Amino acid sequence: MRIHFKTSYNHDIRLFPDRWSFLVYAILIVIAVVLPWVLDDFFLGEVTNVLIWAIAGLGLMLLTGQTGQASLGHAAFLALGCYSCIIFMEQGWPFLIAFPAAGILTGVVGTIIAIPAIRLHGIYLAIATIALSILADDIIVLMEPITDGVSGKFAPMITIFGIEIERWTTPDRFYWLVLAVTILCTLGYRNLLRSPLGRAFAAVRDSEVSASAMGVHIARTKAAAFGISCAITGLAGALMGFYAGAFNNETFSIVISITLLMMIVIGGLGSIHGAFFGAVVVAFLPQFLSMTKDFVGGGSVAIPGLETGVFGMILILFILFEPMGIYGRWMKIRIWFELFPFARKDMFKRQKSYLKTERLR
Amino acid sequence: MEVVQLLVSGLANGCVYGLIALGFVLIYKATEQVNFAQGDFMMLGAFVCLGLTNAHYMGLPFWIAAPLAIAIMAVLGYLLDFFVLRHLFGQSQTAVVILTIALGFVIRFIAGAIWSHEPQTLESPLAIGDFNLGGVVLGMADIAVIVVTVLLTYFLYQFFQRTKLGLAMQAASQNQMAAYFMGIPVKRVQGMIWGLSGAVAAVAGILFASKGAIDPNAGLLGIKAFAAAVIGGFGSLPGALMGGLIVGVIEPFASRYFPAGYSQIAPYTLLLLVLVFRPNGLFSQVRIKKV
Amino acid sequence: MSTLLEINNATLKFGGVVAVNDLTFSVDEGEVYAIVGPNGAGKSTVFNLISRFYDPYAGAITFDGHNLLDRNADAVADLGIARTFQNIELFDHATVLQNLLVGRHRHRNTNLVQEMLFTPKVRREEKRHREAVEEVIDFLDLQPYRDKMIAGLPYGVRKVVELGRALASGPRLLLLDEPASGLSVEETQDMRWWIDDIRKQMGITVLMVEHDMGLVSGVSDRVLALADGAKLAEGTPQQVQSDPAVIEAYLGAGAA
Repeated sequence: MRIHFKTSYNHDIRLFPDRWSFLVYAILIVIAVVLPWVLDDFFLGEVTNVLIWAIAGLGLMLLTGQTGQASLGHAAFLALGCYSCIIFMEQGWPFLIAFPAAGILTGVVGTIIAIPAIRLHGIYLAIATIALSILADDIIVLMEPITDGVSGKFAPMITIFGIEIERWTTPDRFYWLVLAVTILCTLGYRNLLRSPLGRAFAAVRDSEVSASAMGVHIARTKAAAFGISCAITGLAGALMGFYAGAFNNETFSIVISITLLMMIVIGGLGSIHGAFFGAVVVAFLPQFLSMTKDFVGGGSVAIPGLETGVFGMILILFILFEPMGIYGRWMKIRIWFELFPFARKDMFKRQKSYLKTERLR
Repeated sequence: MEVVQLLVSGLANGCVYGLIALGFVLIYKATEQVNFAQGDFMMLGAFVCLGLTNAHYMGLPFWIAAPLAIAIMAVLGYLLDFFVLRHLFGQSQTAVVILTIALGFVIRFIAGAIWSHEPQTLESPLAIGDFNLGGVVLGMADIAVIVVTVLLTYFLYQFFQRTKLGLAMQAASQNQMAAYFMGIPVKRVQGMIWGLSGAVAAVAGILFASKGAIDPNAGLLGIKAFAAAVIGGFGSLPGALMGGLIVGVIEPFASRYFPAGYSQIAPYTLLLLVLVFRPNGLFSQVRIKKV
Repeated sequence: MSTLLEINNATLKFGGVVAVNDLTFSVDEGEVYAIVGPNGAGKSTVFNLISRFYDPYAGAITFDGHNLLDRNADAVADLGIARTFQNIELFDHATVLQNLLVGRHRHRNTNLVQEMLFTPKVRREEKRHREAVEEVIDFLDLQPYRDKMIAGLPYGVRKVVELGRALASGPRLLLLDEPASGLSVEETQDMRWWIDDIRKQMGITVLMVEHDMGLVSGVSDRVLALADGAKLAEGTPQQVQSDPAVIEAYLGAGAA
């Protein structure tokens, strides 16, 4: 087990606890950057998809994992980010302005929506956000003059300083663009976690009463969490639009909202790693299933509901046996090796707790 | 006359929503868990009954098949609690929400695999057609739905207010530990409540399938029923039914009098309005956490 | 000595039950003031009134000239009133250090954008917060638990962490809700020294609710005895302990 001898406060604050983990992440980034020369276009597209889902996952993780507000409506914000970015570009805005503007717009709308929503707790928030997601679908259809309704829109070519980026013709450039956004979002997330607002998020999640007794403004903090979460989700939505090439009201359905929430639970709530692990599962599951089907000899017969069914099953197993998600399992395996041979099985035993209702009657 | 007709069909739909909402509320009242798969339970109940009744499956008489389906769903509900939900003891409400949503996906997949994704109709004696009452054409099935729902709600309400088991269920939801110390077998009581809500879901499913065709995606109705439960107020059985009726009645009127496109957003708009202005439902209860 | 906290004719009703009945008392700057009373006397309710979790039905609460009733819970904390809770309310899924750092929240003067970019100012502020927290950790001997999760800590340690979190906010007035409940004899002794030092070394005024009369008479300057939400007696620990009305309330009629 590595022990960190801290000699200054900077030690506590810095991004990586020691040189070793800095090295690991540096190598990871180098591998990520050179990936287009290694993988063929199909797999590069899949990795791009993973990264886009991971960005969306980071957005929701900030709200659900960090601040404890479960949202089942984040597809609405994916849609808002996607539509606004592409509509801005159709107005002739360059991508470098339209893209952040879409994120900011989504964040602002998210904050406005949050103002009534933050009074709601637990399941009430969940149902309100479900309603939001369903409404978003209908509103896109109703706003046909702007959104082209059911027939949908096509993503234009991205141009950054004269360099043309497109999902199909230049998958490597598109991949790098997505990678850059992923790294920036992850850094911003990480920075928040080590500053006062990030701690206020966790405080609101764990105990609202004592958070407010410590001077944390509950409503403002939750609204901030909503805003940042929606902004990141909006960016992911815009990238999803470019990735898909074409999209309409059904691209960002309630099922996407639910998948996103399930994804971060499978990955591990409350950790950045969790968003990435979950994204890998979501993005590769369809490929994995079709390969399995070929292997078993199912041929090309489409089985409706198979993907969501298997995904649901995986989630149930995780909640039952590993509520901390893939990240939790990963930490346990790491600790087991670090302590070898001294790890004991009951080290990770969960404490049972009893439910005491907050309801008066 | 048209108004009466819209009203009756709205009420009948509303009763199905109400019954599903009743299932949510039952579980919520007794365990503080929220079963987002209740709509899929309803769908499964309908398919079990359909599988037992319809000629090209088992072909049993409806009056044997229906109670059997209800019993099967009750057992399924109990087993679900026994094998899955009981192990979530102490985990957050959100974990249960996500788990039951996932469960809904799984149930939908299984139902599709067994009974296919084609819409099917239940060969139900309730669906004997319409009768004319002074110019108003009423579906027999609609009337049956309304009658059964009213009876069932009354029975459940009495059960919770009057019987020892009902009271034990309420106590277990207020404070698990205290209830446990008072000698209430908390876990078994929770299992029974899941069984009960499975049975209620089966009734809702059979009624729904008597009214028209059913396919595995009918479970998505659960979302609307959930909205109904919230509109009515989550802790109250009559409230859930009222919420269901409100949503059920709004729909036909909205699609009749609103321009197309606006009608399907009506229930959800109402839901959001209720959540913003009366977050605890129209039949609200106060909640303050004591420190 | 000047008056720091003043409660005038505060009344609070829950439905038909009067939890606090026309209560008036004041706490002077630099003193340790204890509230005692049987269970259900309204002691914790008084705390919840001060930290603005409850709205009084009538009456006034002022702190250093500020009307607390104009403020929300978080704005009360901004004035420099920190508190602990009877049934520990810590942030369970965070480390001891992070919990204490949340205590510094009222000193936050960086904004969202700066924090996302982690500008040099944020780093400077973080160091300042950490210095302050580190002093509290030293003071309460919390070093062994510094990076441990709250969820795995024993009860006695959590109690100290909660005190630490309140201290980290650099308060002028510290509200301690039953600081010694559930603690062992040794831990209670530690708590007594800490309260003494908090007052003497840090110059923080302490208002506490406590059952343990040993602790109360050991540290407090003045004691208020409550029964049924109303004032029964007020004075030095000795005066209150020998007050016939107090003895009657505790031991029942006839014991005096």
